[in-house]
Amino acid sequence: MLVVLILVLPALGALVCAAARWRPWAAWTAVSTNAAMFALAIVLCVCVVRHGALGGLFGVLRADALSAFMVVVIGAIAVLASGLGVRTIASELETGRCTERRATLYAVLVQVFVTTMVLAVLAANLGVLWLGVEATTVATTFLVGHHRTKASLEASWKYIVICSVGIALAFLGTVLVYLAAIHAGGHSAHALDWTSLMAHAHRLDPSVMRLAFALVVLGYGTKVGLAPMHSWLPDAHSQAPAPISALMSGVLLTVAFYAILRFKAICDLSVGVQFARTLLVIVALLSLGVAASLLLAQRDYKRMLAYSSIEHMGLIALGAAAGIPLAIAAVLLHILGHGLTKSVLFLTSGQISAAEGTSKIAGVRALLARRPALGGVFGVGLLALLGFPPFSLFASELAMFRAEFEVGLGWAATIAIVAMVVIFIAMVNHARLMLLGPGDGPRTEATPRFALAPLIGALAVCAAIGLFAWPLTSLLEAAARSVAL
Amino acid sequence: MSAQTFDSLLTLFVGAVLVCAVAVLWLSAVRAVVRVLAVQGLALGAVAATLGLHVHDAGLVATAAVVVAVKAVLIPVLLRRIGSGDATERERRPLVNVPASLVVSAALILLAFASTHVLTHVVAGTAGSLVPVGFATLLIGFFVLVARRRPIFQIVGLLLVDNGIVLVAFIGTAGVPFLIELGVTLDVLLGVVVLMVLAQRLHHEFGEIDLDELSELHD
Repeated sequence: MLVVLILVLPALGALVCAAARWRPWAAWTAVSTNAAMFALAIVLCVCVVRHGALGGLFGVLRADALSAFMVVVIGAIAVLASGLGVRTIASELETGRCTERRATLYAVLVQVFVTTMVLAVLAANLGVLWLGVEATTVATTFLVGHHRTKASLEASWKYIVICSVGIALAFLGTVLVYLAAIHAGGHSAHALDWTSLMAHAHRLDPSVMRLAFALVVLGYGTKVGLAPMHSWLPDAHSQAPAPISALMSGVLLTVAFYAILRFKAICDLSVGVQFARTLLVIVALLSLGVAASLLLAQRDYKRMLAYSSIEHMGLIALGAAAGIPLAIAAVLLHILGHGLTKSVLFLTSGQISAAEGTSKIAGVRALLARRPALGGVFGVGLLALLGFPPFSLFASELAMFRAEFEVGLGWAATIAIVAMVVIFIAMVNHARLMLLGPGDGPRTEATPRFALAPLIGALAVCAAIGLFAWPLTSLLEAAARSVAL
Repeated sequence: MSAQTFDSLLTLFVGAVLVCAVAVLWLSAVRAVVRVLAVQGLALGAVAATLGLHVHDAGLVATAAVVVAVKAVLIPVLLRRIGSGDATERERRPLVNVPASLVVSAALILLAFASTHVLTHVVAGTAGSLVPVGFATLLIGFFVLVARRRPIFQIVGLLLVDNGIVLVAFIGTAGVPFLIELGVTLDVLLGVVVLMVLAQRLHHEFGEIDLDELSELHD
């Protein structure tokens, strides 16, 4: 019941937005459905940790600790992004950059997008999981092209073509898992339920599973933005409206990674640890390398944030490659920390580009002197993203590296650290150019304080989780147990 | 249906799917390619129906009906409305010309047979020996995606990839469960609608373009 309610709430928001056309009250109703979904997700976490997994909708949905945790991440970022989106769209309507029809389409698609992500993480069945992830692509394509410029049109075309290819490969991987399950004597109706696949994993044909897992990493990896299938990501994330970039970068990437985690758990049981580990280490190091080399000479701050997402997805993949409970718990903490900081940064960058009229790094100077609040949030967000304590990314990165050294992946962790140092230098340098310097002219705050408050709140939460992980410990442990070695 | 009729019908329809994939590479007129895709959808439906009748699986027969409705009727009707509506619209300057494309497709078919022997062991009988055809269709779809430059050919490439996977699902597993297959087909349909709207907008913004002329975004 609870599980079904969580799925239905954001869909309800979509219906309200569709029925009422663009009205501020309808948009705020949608935000409040997301907030209610977030609150119920926390209730779900408590239930799942205390009483074990919950099912729903005749066995189509199932929430264990991992699913519940992902719903919390989706909920938190959906509230942030949809809340600030109302203001973004309202100001676009005022200045005539957006029509009422497009505003309605935007509001409806955001809610559909959130619903499909929730469906993906609550699915009990790998087929339904695929449907959810595929539907996110369909829902977000028009959102990426919301501004109707030539560049955004090009970005949305690349996005849907590349991601459709990726998601098709993921479907082929899913079909092969189904094939292996059927030929191992599975019952066809439940053969794709991941609980039954985990239970019968040792009977699945290992050579078919190897092929299937490679296709899944390649396929869902495209949606995660892992190199070498990352080329759509910087375009789509820099062209989409800021709230959409926040949702895509903050949660959509990790929802796709959640799919890889589920398949990896089955693959590990069927063919042994080494296969998935090798594959994930390769894509992780490639992603870190691509991010480091393209961040050095980056000229656009939205693209800078996009490449930083590729870096963090690489780190998460490397953590998952280690696979022990410590590593998986750290990966999940990193998913939450990265989601919060990256969505704050994308939302702030939307405000900066609205105020400054450019998304070029060279076009923004002395932000701290001229717009202290906006520049301050951006600067603190970057510090959090770069892994400074007390923010939670510091703790999760440290734990991931510890786990990698424990399982003998120390060499890979060392390469990752070198890439991170390069990225650190590049991003600090870009940030220095944008933020520091003497301001000429008076201080002007383009963004009202109440719009910045939720962003500051999110960063504070990220710091609090880094300092006191206690409310999350039991949840993270339970979630890690469901997919760790 | 006797085992022998079943085997020859299955081989015939699966073969038709592959012939259609190769024909896409051979043709350059958009109209003709869309017609070939419709025939391929029909052949896919026939594969599902043959299997469904053979194993007396009503779900699979229903799937066949859905596949024919979407892939042989709806999607071709939608595709015909893209672009200028000009009946003579064609791929003028493919990155790889037609004779070379056909040679590549032969190589891709060999590659598909060579690389999927893992699966032919697991799946028994005639069906097992036909699984590589699905992979061949998929690889040809990828080749269309990289070697053709008109937006509509990219959609065609994606559809070939999808048809290849559906073929693997049909002959490898006698079809994924009906509800999932229904969801997948609907998702593909929605995807084509979104791609079609985008292709119209590309046409509107840029006129008749090849995709490698898109260069607003780069590092």
